[in-house]
Amino acid sequence: MNAQGLNIGNAQELRELYRELILDHARSPRHFGKLPHATHSAEGINPLCGDKLKLYLDVDDASNIRAACFEGSGCAISVASASLLTETIIGLSEKEAIAWFTAVTTRLTHGDPTGEFSAVDLGKLEALEGVREFPARVKCATLAWHALRSALQQRPAPVSTE
Amino acid sequence: MTQPQQDLQDTIAVSDYRQDFPLLQQEVNGHPLVYLDSAASAQQPASVMDAVAQYERTDHANVHRGVHSLSHRATDAYEQARDKLRAFINAESRSEIVLTSGTTESINLVAQSYCRPRIGSGDRILITHLEHHSNIVPWQLVCEQTGAELLVAPMDSRGQLVLEKLYELMTDKVKILAIGHVSNALGTIHPLREIIARAHALGIPVLVDGAQGVPHMAIDVQDLDCDFYAFSGHKMFGPTGTGVLYARECLLETMPPYQGGGDMILEVSFEGTTYNDLPYKFEAGTPNIAGVIGMGAAVDYLQSVGLANIAEHEQQLLDYMTRRLTEIDGIRLIGTAANKASIQSFMLDDIHSHDLGTILDHQGVAIRTGHHCAMPVMDYFGIPGTARASLALYNNADDVDRLVDALEQAKKLFA
Repeated sequence: MNAQGLNIGNAQELRELYRELILDHARSPRHFGKLPHATHSAEGINPLCGDKLKLYLDVDDASNIRAACFEGSGCAISVASASLLTETIIGLSEKEAIAWFTAVTTRLTHGDPTGEFSAVDLGKLEALEGVREFPARVKCATLAWHALRSALQQRPAPVSTE
Repeated sequence: MTQPQQDLQDTIAVSDYRQDFPLLQQEVNGHPLVYLDSAASAQQPASVMDAVAQYERTDHANVHRGVHSLSHRATDAYEQARDKLRAFINAESRSEIVLTSGTTESINLVAQSYCRPRIGSGDRILITHLEHHSNIVPWQLVCEQTGAELLVAPMDSRGQLVLEKLYELMTDKVKILAIGHVSNALGTIHPLREIIARAHALGIPVLVDGAQGVPHMAIDVQDLDCDFYAFSGHKMFGPTGTGVLYARECLLETMPPYQGGGDMILEVSFEGTTYNDLPYKFEAGTPNIAGVIGMGAAVDYLQSVGLANIAEHEQQLLDYMTRRLTEIDGIRLIGTAANKASIQSFMLDDIHSHDLGTILDHQGVAIRTGHHCAMPVMDYFGIPGTARASLALYNNADDVDRLVDALEQAKKLFA
């Protein structure tokens, strides 16, 4: 990866945080923009660093997520997480999406080494697990996921991970 | 041309004062700590810690209450700190030094106790675009409570106040001007003497948010001719939870108490209460005695170093940091006023400031990232936040070099 030339004593943790997949999604976020016919939306705000994302969902009558988009600005971690979120949830039912919310936020926050989520295959989202070594950044990685839950629950006020 | 530059570098290569700060003698994430976040909270010299510890170990009791020896000692030490703070900013009288929990409380005290009773619908409160949230929100509260209007004087793209616009906004409807001394986000030093003179010519009283002023330059409130000057202990190498409101005695005399409680009274009955003399009328409850004694020790420390020496060291180091940062490809300096304190905000390529903060921290370099409690400033530049390096007397050229090296590493990581 590009970070190989890093001259930092303990660069490994940094490389774990800023994996190539994360940097790729941060530079070129997928499903970025407004969704014209969104049925659900929610804002996520992280006042500490000014991350501000808005997530749009198009949910059909059978409670399946047909489309998902997001817009806003944020750090590499929060943007990459939002981008990966949209890739993950399109095609899922609301219930399945909430299950992903629980699994992802639990794993990113606590690691859940012995709990029910420890063996769940998070796929590409496992690239985000480097944040566990950076407690100040966990809320960046979970911001879009909290917005997802908020959108599906149609909470009116913007959510905050502060 | 190289010789003068070399001399300049020599004077900032070492900081004689670094050894006075125990916290700086440590490694963070495997690297010697480079602390560039003094504008958020400055570190304490050992003398401040010792003063606090000695008080806690040998002299602690409540102040202004007991007849016993400890209470006398505590009261003496507490009141000596007030005297030191009076001399530090050259207030005329110790009655003008109200001890608070910090700049925020000092400003809220003025907003609620001075401004609110005097203002109504149709009146205006004037602030500037560069203010910290703590010099915005207290005034918004007063406006909500009274129907007054908040006016904001604009800044230019370098982060300087547009003075002619500020003066245009000064009318007889304006009941107070609240303005920072030094912008915490951009480092801009405002020409306060001129601004205050213009305000006073129209009968407008002026509150100065001096949180970022006191650590960097000698303050003389009589020379500035301000009506209120608010500042915090922890920005000037003292403990957190301490601060001062300087206010002209003639204004304090007209102001009702901000909070009720012990210590601010002379006599209480259920029919009514006689308030204590100045400044105690504004100091309800048991104060932060240890913190105030520490703040007094911080004044001693600053005066032993000399504020002129501090200002000279910081200015040279700021010049060096500005030059070194400018050499980095992809850097964008935010805040380039002609007259600045040792604070520099910047952005690097399209790397978000929070990512920069993490990468620098991993190299032992502590900076502030985000909106710096000055969201309107960030909105002006159309950015969510910046990285900010702030320098104090204990920083040196090596700290700046480490910052620059760390930024180069961040560029590599995000390349």
